[in-house]
This record gives sequence, structure tokens and C-alpha cells, in this order.
Amino acid sequence: MDALIAPLLNGSAQGALLLLAALGLSLTFGQMGVINMAHGEFLMLGAFAAYLVQQVITATDLSIPVALPVAFVVAGLFGLLLEVTIIQWMYRRPLDTLLVTVGVSLILQQAALQIFPSQGVPVEKPGWLDGQLNILGYDWPLRQLFTILLATVCVAALSAWLKYTSFGRRIRATVHNRDLAETSGISTRTIDRLTFFAGSGLAGVAGVAASLIGGTNSQMGAQYIIPAFLVVAAGGIGQLKGTIIAAWAVGVALAYFAYWTTGSLAQVLAFILVIVFLQLRPQGLFTVRTRSLA
Amino acid sequence: MTKKPWISLSGIGVFAVLLLAVAPLVLTDHWLNNLGKYCCWAIAAVGIGLAWGRGGMLVMGQGVFFALGAYSMAMHLTLETAGDRIPGFMVLYDPLAPLPAFWEPFRSAGFTLLAIVLLPVVMAGILGYALFKRRVKGAYFAILTQALAVALATLISSTIRETGGDTGLSDFKYFFGFVLNDPANKVMVFLIAAGLLVVCLLAVWQLYRSRFGELLVATRDAEERVRFLGYDPANVKLVAFVVSALMASIGGAMFVPIVGIITPAEIGAAASILMIAGVAFGGRASLFGPALGAMAVGWGQSSLGSTWPEGWTYILGLLFIVVILFLPNGLSSLPARFTGRARRKPVDQPATAPVVAELEEVRS
Repeated sequence: MDALIAPLLNGSAQGALLLLAALGLSLTFGQMGVINMAHGEFLMLGAFAAYLVQQVITATDLSIPVALPVAFVVAGLFGLLLEVTIIQWMYRRPLDTLLVTVGVSLILQQAALQIFPSQGVPVEKPGWLDGQLNILGYDWPLRQLFTILLATVCVAALSAWLKYTSFGRRIRATVHNRDLAETSGISTRTIDRLTFFAGSGLAGVAGVAASLIGGTNSQMGAQYIIPAFLVVAAGGIGQLKGTIIAAWAVGVALAYFAYWTTGSLAQVLAFILVIVFLQLRPQGLFTVRTRSLA
Repeated sequence: MTKKPWISLSGIGVFAVLLLAVAPLVLTDHWLNNLGKYCCWAIAAVGIGLAWGRGGMLVMGQGVFFALGAYSMAMHLTLETAGDRIPGFMVLYDPLAPLPAFWEPFRSAGFTLLAIVLLPVVMAGILGYALFKRRVKGAYFAILTQALAVALATLISSTIRETGGDTGLSDFKYFFGFVLNDPANKVMVFLIAAGLLVVCLLAVWQLYRSRFGELLVATRDAEERVRFLGYDPANVKLVAFVVSALMASIGGAMFVPIVGIITPAEIGAAASILMIAGVAFGGRASLFGPALGAMAVGWGQSSLGSTWPEGWTYILGLLFIVVILFLPNGLSSLPARFTGRARRKPVDQPATAPVVAELEEVRS
């Protein structure tokens, strides 16, 4: 029984981390149709921001709560910069946007490699993340619980933002019908920028969570970008609940595969699983019904 | 291109003479070997040009098919070098274990050559059929192919005993009976690679002129209309994808004797993206653009990348941004720009985009 439960706990935490990484992508990809391949590097920026915050605030217990908003703003500002300088010129060329952001990601990776040591930097885990909590007879590492909690908070905040704020309403209006939204007096340019800021910021938050679990180095973004995209694709573009379920499913599948085979084979199997799943449902778990032909 | 086929054909002729006759005479051994390496990337790039430039399918994982050819060839050359014994790196990890079963057939030269051709065709066939029939396209397709490249590179990295892992396969002494170290044989290997590149150019030249070429462009620009006309766009894309995979595999197979090593790093996401960079730089939809672009990027990597690796990565990144932002049809579109025959619209966007753009222009 334990052999079945342990990967489930582990996988749920892994799924939560994937969800955090995918959340911002789901926002920019889903709402704006922009494939940002530099999203992984924004995640990396968040992780490095956490490290820099720890250099300033040496009391580790406090540094992570401070690092989270800092990472959000830092990554968000980088995202905004990217949107204003490059992406806004390319909204009707989705594949080209993908390639341009590949270029951006190469540059950011190399810059990180030169600024920080190549073996990466340590982000100290605060004391309150050590230890375990016994729930229903099983020991949950606090670090895993924290990731799940953080993902839950981010999802709740994002959906509340989209649902209840005027910005959220304007974003949804823009997605549904950009022309109509613009005619109704919504500045779609502002909405685009704001969406991009928030989406990239979420990547930064994911980066802080990732820095507490794995290493913090210039390659970490590349490690998350593909799984995160597969999660968004499997969940259905622009579908928050789809992204949540897909992230959890991929995380748990990865954990079980890794338990039965090896870590790298697990990745291959998870990729195949998603591809097969997209065969069955090419539009992902949940779809928005539209009348467009393409 | 279709209007003046003979200009393109004579272009291929000039290119062939330069590559096959002039280059071996004027270049040092070192640079001839480098040029051979660029030819291998160029072969793969010609395929990417077919799938992406003409077909609108951004294949970000050509490394997968490059790997099929490369590892097939490398396994054969390793066995040829090892003779009756078990390859050295395997003995290192487990001296008593037998040769893995999937290595055994690669002892045969015929089987190896067949594998280089058939493996990518079968794999791309299955993958393409599955994806295109379900109308997976655009970014989904790009990401899925890249995911495969990542997965394969990870898989190879982790199977040290079977594939050499991160160190890859190297130290080949023979190439189908020829001693690889012999300078004359090195020239021969170069000529094979360069010759295959010319053949691939001829093949796409013929494809682009054919009815299939027209259909491929039509599918890229207006898939639904092609469907309404009674064709199945999935089949059109499938053929282009399979041919492009075959070219990547051939490029990979020749890469091995020329470079002398194949590792997961040569096939993973980064390597696959490097191939794309060359195609984008040269001009994705043109005949020569992908090949020349890939050679230029290859040259940039070996000259700049070895002396100034950090700078090279920045240049590569900027290349992506600048070329795609300002010159979506690559360098090959520059002459047309100056003579005023520019196609303003980038080539692989959905047909509806220009209409929307026009509407917006009217409104503003």
C-alpha cells in the first residue's frame, strides 16, 4: 500500500510545481495565443531573485515570504519588457513568436550563466519547511505541502482575479472577442501588457518554489518549459481547471513511472502518454467551443 | 521559383561544382572536414525547409530523426571497429554482459543502410499520421516534436551501457571497410556528404515544381480550402514530414563518420533549435536558403563558438530575434526586397491573418 501511496504524495507535489510553471503559460498562451519559450527563463529569474533576496535578508525564515512577491515583480517586469519590445509586434505570427522567444531564452540563459556561477547558487530552505506533517497516517514532507499550498493559492488568486476584478473581466472580454472588446472601449493593448506581466510573474513565483526543491542554475528553465507546455496543451488552452487536472495527472504519472522504472524513462513515458492523450482529445481536456474553422 | 526552373537548377549546378570539385582542392583537411559537418546540417536543414518553409510545420525536434540516422551509423561503425569483440565502452560497465539484442543486426552494412532510410520513414510516418489526422498543428506540433527530442536525448543519456550515454559513441576506425584516418578516405566521406546534399537539393527542387509542391504551399496557406477542394491536407503534410525526417536521418548518418562522435547533445532540444536557426537565417521557404543558412550557422558555431562561446550564444539569440522580427523570410528575401518585389507577409501564417490585418488597416 505504501508503495502505491508514496508516489501519489510525491507526484502531487511534483504536479503542483508543474501547475505553477504552467499557470503563467496558460495565461499568456491561453488568453493571448503567445507561445513564450522564455517562460522557463522567467522561472529561472524568480529562482535567482529568491537567492538575491536571501543575500539581503539573512534570516532564512523570513526570506522566502519576501522572495515570493519580489520574484513575481522581477519576472513580471522582464515579461512586460519582452512584450513591449518584441512580442507586441508579432501577435499575428504565433510560430514566429515562438522562435523569437527561443532567441530570448538563449540570451537569458547565457546571461545567467555569466552572472551566476555555472554550478548554480544555493537557495537556503527555511527551517519551517523542514520536517513532516502526519496526515491520515502518512508523513508529508512540509516542503511538498508548501508547494501544493502555494499552487493552490496562486490558482485561487488567478481565478479570482479573472472572475471578480474589472481587469479580469476586461481580459476575458478581450479573449472572447478582441474587436468587440476594443469597440466597447477596452484598451486591448493595456490588457495584453497586464496579462503578460501577470503570466510572467507567475513564472517567477514558480521559480521560487522550484529553487526550494531542485537546484537553481541557468539550465533550470529549460527543464520545466516542455513539461509545462504539455500540461497546458493537455489541459486545453485557456482552461484553468484543465491545466490543474493535467498538471496533477502528469505529476502523478511521472512519479509512478519513476517509481517503477527510472527517472529518465519516466519522462519519456510521460511524454508518450501526453501525445497519446492528445490523439484522443486534440484540443485538450476542456475546450472552448468556437465557430472558427481552423 | 516555378517560373524560372532553369535558374534554380543551374544554381544547384554551380553549388555542386563548388562543393564537389573546388572545395576539396582549395580547403585544408581541417576545413574540408568542417565543411563536411556543415553539409550534414545542411541536409537536415533542406528537410526542415520543406516541412517548415513550404509546409508550415515547424519541426523543433529534427534531432530525433538526425539521431536515428546517426546512431544507426555509429552502431555499425562501432561494431566494425570492435570486430568480433564487444564494444569497449560496454565492457567498461559490465564485462560479461552480451551485446544488446538491438545492436546485433547493425553488424550488417546492408541492414544499417536500410535502417538509416527506413527508421525515420516509419517513425515519422506513424507520428505524422497520428498528429496530422487529428489536425494537430502549429505550436502544438512544434512543442510535441521538441518534447520528443528532449525525451530521446534523455533516454540516450540514461542508457550508458546500451548507447554510451552522455559520452556517446566515438572512436570509429573503419567506414564500410575503409580506414577512416586515411586522408583520401576522409575526402571520400566528404564527397559523399556533399553529394547527398546536392541530391537533396535536386529532390526538393523537383518537389517544389511538382503538383505536390503547389499542394503543400496551398495547405500551408489555407488548409481548410485545400480540404474543401477534395484533398486530404493530412496526407500532403505527412509526405513532406516523412521526406524531411529522411533527410535529417541522412544528415545524421553522414555526421558520424565526418565528426567521429555522436552524443545526445548533438540531437537534443538545443541542437534541434540550432538547425532551425540556420533555416530561418537563410530563408525557410527558398530553395537554397535552408542549406546555406545552416552552413553559415555551422561555420559561425565552429569559428566563433570555439573562440568566444559566450558571445556566440548571444549572437545566436539575437539572430533569432532580428531575423524573425525583421526578415521573416530570411536572408534569401533580401535581394527581392531591394528590387521591390518583396512579399511583405511572412510565409507560414494562417490565411486569415492578412484579412484581419487589412480590416485593421481600414479601421485605423
